Amino acid sequence: MQLSVNSGQPDVLPGTLLDLRRGDAAVLDGIDLPSEEARRLMELGFLPGATVTAGLSAPGGDPRVFQVDGSEIALRRETARRLKIRSSRKNKR
Amino acid sequence: MSCGDCHSCGPAPVLPFPASRALPKAVALVGPPNSGKTTLFNRLTGMRQKVANYPGVTVEQHTGIAEMPDGRAIRIIDLPGIYSLQPRSEDEQIAHDVLTGSREDMDRPEAVLLVLDSTNLHRHLMLAAPILSLGIPTLVILNMADDLRNRGGHLDLVALQLQLGSPVALVSARNNQGIGQVWDFLAGAMPKPAPKELPILQDVPKCRQWAGQVGQQANYHPPAPPKWTRRLDAIFLHPVGGPLIFAAVVVLVFQTIFSYSKPLIDGVGWLFEASGDWMSGVVSPPLLRSLIEVVWVKGLGSVMQFLPQVLLLYFFIGLLEDSGYLARAALIADRTMARFGLQGKSFIPLLSAHACAVPAIMATRVIENKRDRLATILVAPFMTCSARLLPYSIIIAAFIPNRPILGNFFSADTAAMLGLYILGFAAAVVTARILKSSILKSSRTPFVLEMPSYRWPTLQSIGLRLLDRTKVFLFRVGSVILLTTAIVFLLCKVPTIDGHAPKIENSLVGTLGRTIEPAIKPLGFNWKVGIGLITAVAQRETLTSTMSSIYGLEESNKVGLREALRSDLTPASAFALLVFFALAMQCLSTLAVVRRETGTWKWPALQFAYMTALAYVGAFVTYHLAR
Repeated sequence: MQLSVNSGQPDVLPGTLLDLRRGDAAVLDGIDLPSEEARRLMELGFLPGATVTAGLSAPGGDPRVFQVDGSEIALRRETARRLKIRSSRKNKR
Repeated sequence: MSCGDCHSCGPAPVLPFPASRALPKAVALVGPPNSGKTTLFNRLTGMRQKVANYPGVTVEQHTGIAEMPDGRAIRIIDLPGIYSLQPRSEDEQIAHDVLTGSREDMDRPEAVLLVLDSTNLHRHLMLAAPILSLGIPTLVILNMADDLRNRGGHLDLVALQLQLGSPVALVSARNNQGIGQVWDFLAGAMPKPAPKELPILQDVPKCRQWAGQVGQQANYHPPAPPKWTRRLDAIFLHPVGGPLIFAAVVVLVFQTIFSYSKPLIDGVGWLFEASGDWMSGVVSPPLLRSLIEVVWVKGLGSVMQFLPQVLLLYFFIGLLEDSGYLARAALIADRTMARFGLQGKSFIPLLSAHACAVPAIMATRVIENKRDRLATILVAPFMTCSARLLPYSIIIAAFIPNRPILGNFFSADTAAMLGLYILGFAAAVVTARILKSSILKSSRTPFVLEMPSYRWPTLQSIGLRLLDRTKVFLFRVGSVILLTTAIVFLLCKVPTIDGHAPKIENSLVGTLGRTIEPAIKPLGFNWKVGIGLITAVAQRETLTSTMSSIYGLEESNKVGLREALRSDLTPASAFALLVFFALAMQCLSTLAVVRRETGTWKWPALQFAYMTALAYVGAFVTYHLAR
């Protein structure tokens, strides 16, 4: 993954939303939470296949705002850790 | 559709309706949170609103009467903001029950106004599927049309109407644009929805897929990301600047409420004195004259003086909430709150608890996690509510000189006030910590906080809020406070000796006060303070009005309450009294609302016992340390 830092190409990176830095985007793969809780997140746009972009955060990086499906939703680290991503694209800054 | 008589000439075509028929009896307003539903509700109903609770549950019921342009009236029910109709939370249960007609206390609405955010149509359309499948005539209102246009988004309304099988209106509730289409719909034929197809409602991905397809068919182009929101967030959520701005906002709010509001407070006091003088000049019987003096000027006047402060506080909370900053504040506060076992969403109720614990406890409904919510309810009354301001400011004015500490901005009395705020806050967080590590240890429900775009707050929305609070305040003043003050006044006059009023020590009030004196003596309080404390159990503000009456009735004491307190209490017992007020649960309304919100007497009873015990111990320690 360190080879494609500024390529803008999707690269294989099995991980979670927690691995995203500000400006990074990733495709959501699944939610590792009980179905009721996962459903609430899905209603807010965190659906498998959706593109999630990491945004700003509270001081200390927790919680962090994620841009998904036209909304900005803040999640704590403990929740972000449960959202698995399929591939990610580094911020092109 | 002719353009001569329609009420708005927005770009949205509305299906033609045959004119004049019987209006629907009740119309439900439905929409996801942050869709601008409340703004539209305010726009439609103006001041003719009623807020109550749905019987049996804790969800607030807003109903209002909307007056159509032709003068006919129509009842509008504002349902709680929901993401789906799956009855899981209380809010969703209510929306589900009202819309399916399964509530006995309410007829099924004959029409639905579905409010969606047009700048986030794909996600918001997911709610359209379950609503349209109800078969109730529905107008789909795409709100925030101004934002959509300004940020370069667009859609084909005719195609969307075709897909949804329901009329669609593009509206900007904030700018009062396109509202005429709502009236046209309600006055028209209101056909049942006939959507092309609907997804399986239980399946969230299928619903989202459907919404995406509908959006695509309607040629929906989402607007560009909100430029200004991103720019402002770069400032307000800056790692260093963000918390600094947060602190500055909190300080500014408090400074305004305590220092800059002084002219307003003095003005109200002057009004009551002047009107009291005028009335005393008109009536002749001395008893009536002293009743006016004691009840009107010293009792009501002293309480009414802090209406400006209450309104200023609500003004700020409204400003922060409507502008969208409050969500950022909740984000910044989350980690700190988490350390005490609470969460960012607790910040909003705890901030508004500084105005009054009652609306704050109702505002805890935004917290999905039941245990977090209960913990927030239990600690909210520790926050320095506006009812404490009055006793605080009078005692502080009597015992702490107004000496500058940091120039004109920060003086000794402001510091004392700030100290009391910190004391209340500290008591709250310590209690929360204890609760969350004992009886309310929580399962971890994910913390989810939606960040709305920043918007200019509207005068109308904040004005309505202030009006609402003024009504509640006047009601409290007019009922409990007036009654308590009058009763104390009368009890000071009995039993009569030879037809004359007794000395205050020998009156019923004096006897009562001396009976409890042994219990409060260790705190440095005399029997007069005791009377104040007894009456303050009902409501904190009554302390000052009661004390005013008691001192006012003492023949020798013709000085103001401030001077009377200064000559009657030692500084140590005054400090103890402040601490007692900071920690004690002295508000029947709060206990009642906790009972209602938690559904059992167990929690308010625990809360009362805990807070009273803490207040007693706190006052005891303060008195002995300060002596």
